[in-house]
Amino acid sequence: MTGPLVLGIETSCDETGVGLVRGHELLADAVASSVEEHARFGGVVPEVASRAHLEAMVPTVGRALDAAGVRLADVDAIAVTAGPGLAGALLVGVSAAKAYAIATGKPLYGVNHLAAHVAVDQLEHGALPAPAVALLVSGGHSSLLLVPDVAAEVVPLGATIDDAAGEAFDKVARVLGLPFPGGPHIDRAAAAGDRDLIAFPRGKYRDGSYDFSFSGLKTAVARFVEAREAAGEPVPVADVAACFQEAVADVLTRKAVAACRAHGIEHLVIGGGVAANSRLRALAQERCAAAGLQLRVPRPGLCTDNGAMVAALGAELVARGAVASGLDFAADSSLPVTTVTAA
Amino acid sequence: MLLLAFDTATPSVTVALHDGDAVVAEESAVDGRRHGEILAVFIDKVLRSAGAGREDLTAIAVGTGPGPYTGLRAGLVTARVLASALAIRIDGVCSLDVIAAAACAEAARTEAAPTEAARTEAARTEAAPTEAPPTGHGGTDFLVATDARRREVYWARYCAAGQRTDGPQVSRPADLPRGLPVAGHAALMYPELSDRPLNPAFPAAAQLAAISAARLSRGEPAHPAVPLYLRRPDAREPGKPKRVTP
Repeated sequence: MTGPLVLGIETSCDETGVGLVRGHELLADAVASSVEEHARFGGVVPEVASRAHLEAMVPTVGRALDAAGVRLADVDAIAVTAGPGLAGALLVGVSAAKAYAIATGKPLYGVNHLAAHVAVDQLEHGALPAPAVALLVSGGHSSLLLVPDVAAEVVPLGATIDDAAGEAFDKVARVLGLPFPGGPHIDRAAAAGDRDLIAFPRGKYRDGSYDFSFSGLKTAVARFVEAREAAGEPVPVADVAACFQEAVADVLTRKAVAACRAHGIEHLVIGGGVAANSRLRALAQERCAAAGLQLRVPRPGLCTDNGAMVAALGAELVARGAVASGLDFAADSSLPVTTVTAA
Repeated sequence: MLLLAFDTATPSVTVALHDGDAVVAEESAVDGRRHGEILAVFIDKVLRSAGAGREDLTAIAVGTGPGPYTGLRAGLVTARVLASALAIRIDGVCSLDVIAAAACAEAARTEAAPTEAARTEAARTEAAPTEAPPTGHGGTDFLVATDARRREVYWARYCAAGQRTDGPQVSRPADLPRGLPVAGHAALMYPELSDRPLNPAFPAAAQLAAISAARLSRGEPAHPAVPLYLRRPDAREPGKPKRVTP
């Protein structure tokens, strides 16, 4: 039992996440997802997500406390995602966290969702080496970050200029007739496919930047599928899934490794929902090994949005004696990645 | 007892503490885009100004709307969290009923001393129009209407005694009953609704607290703290993906 006990709340998208962390130790990670309510719409509907957060909030906190075997009064601090994310969804979590802070009299930290995705790795692999490079890939974000200090300084190196990587998975899944969310379904379909069969384009592959582009790739997949349909031929779903996934994993890992080399950094952290993709994990492992880099990827359950990651960053802030956020900070749907804690 | 009441169903964020006899602290501000920033600060403020701690609270009352969803939810999730964390009663009150109760109280006062009461009320209610002093609902049925955005209003109908007889519902202004006095800020936004706009424009937590305290003293069970959205989320199931081949 070392380190502060922190309750973390995450509501930036469609998962109501509540985590309890003591120092680097994960005590509980309760998640209520509204993903099934969004499936028929082919994407997250913000108002549906926000309504679900309101209903799930108190029960999910209760489940997390029960699982950790602690009482609310034992908590040393509360942390909540202040942004970026869906405005209405964020506000439910921020309002709830403020109410927990009032009810417990404990300090409150409004934290950055992206920094939390990096900090969560400490729960699995111990203290984060500084500096590190982080690749964050999800339905809402695709960012390459230089992380001198996850609790204080995060520097953006590059980001997607159009679709997020996870968004591309969802859109390609629709084209292939696979359900939402696309990530796990494409991963599963790809297992039976040949990833070298179709050379889909790699956007911004050789432009020397750390930015990404997945819009052209998505269109290329749609063209390929439409050409097959026009010719009256069956669409090789497994092959298309495998080749699409390969293109995404290739460009993400290539740029992440290049960023590590350029900055002389030996540690790469990958987080976000797309980090659960099996091909991305395998290719990142392969390329990091070849480049002499240490790869840190949390288990899939901690890569997707969750409250433990928010608690993990909160615990780091408390341990450093960081100034709390107070009760008047705003949920900020476009909180810059450089802002680790909301003031 | 110490009851904490608040409402975030309109552009007004309003918080009050009630000790069973009277309101002991109150904070209100009209700032429709900052519910999430203001509410917790006001709660902290009323507790401090009453010299009370969170552990002194014995009940929560919250406005359940109808109202624009995002602000409404800030109040409801705050109420649910406080009630569960402090293990105290939570009572939901329709926000239009809060305005109606205030309009009735206003009417009673106006009948006693029309000019002075109208002046006081106009001074007390920040968003009230100064050029049209309220005249009371004149012993007839009246409506309460608030902004539902998208050129629609949330509304309900009340008898002269203040009991809700219809609603709440969401409609276009043109579809509301005509010829009745109308309380609530939609009467100011849509002058065609009524030539007899009534105060107040927004719900006051002091009134909300009084309603909930009265329920408590009558031994009534709490009403559910469930948001009155009155509309389904905007979402359409997608058709086939758009073709990209020319």
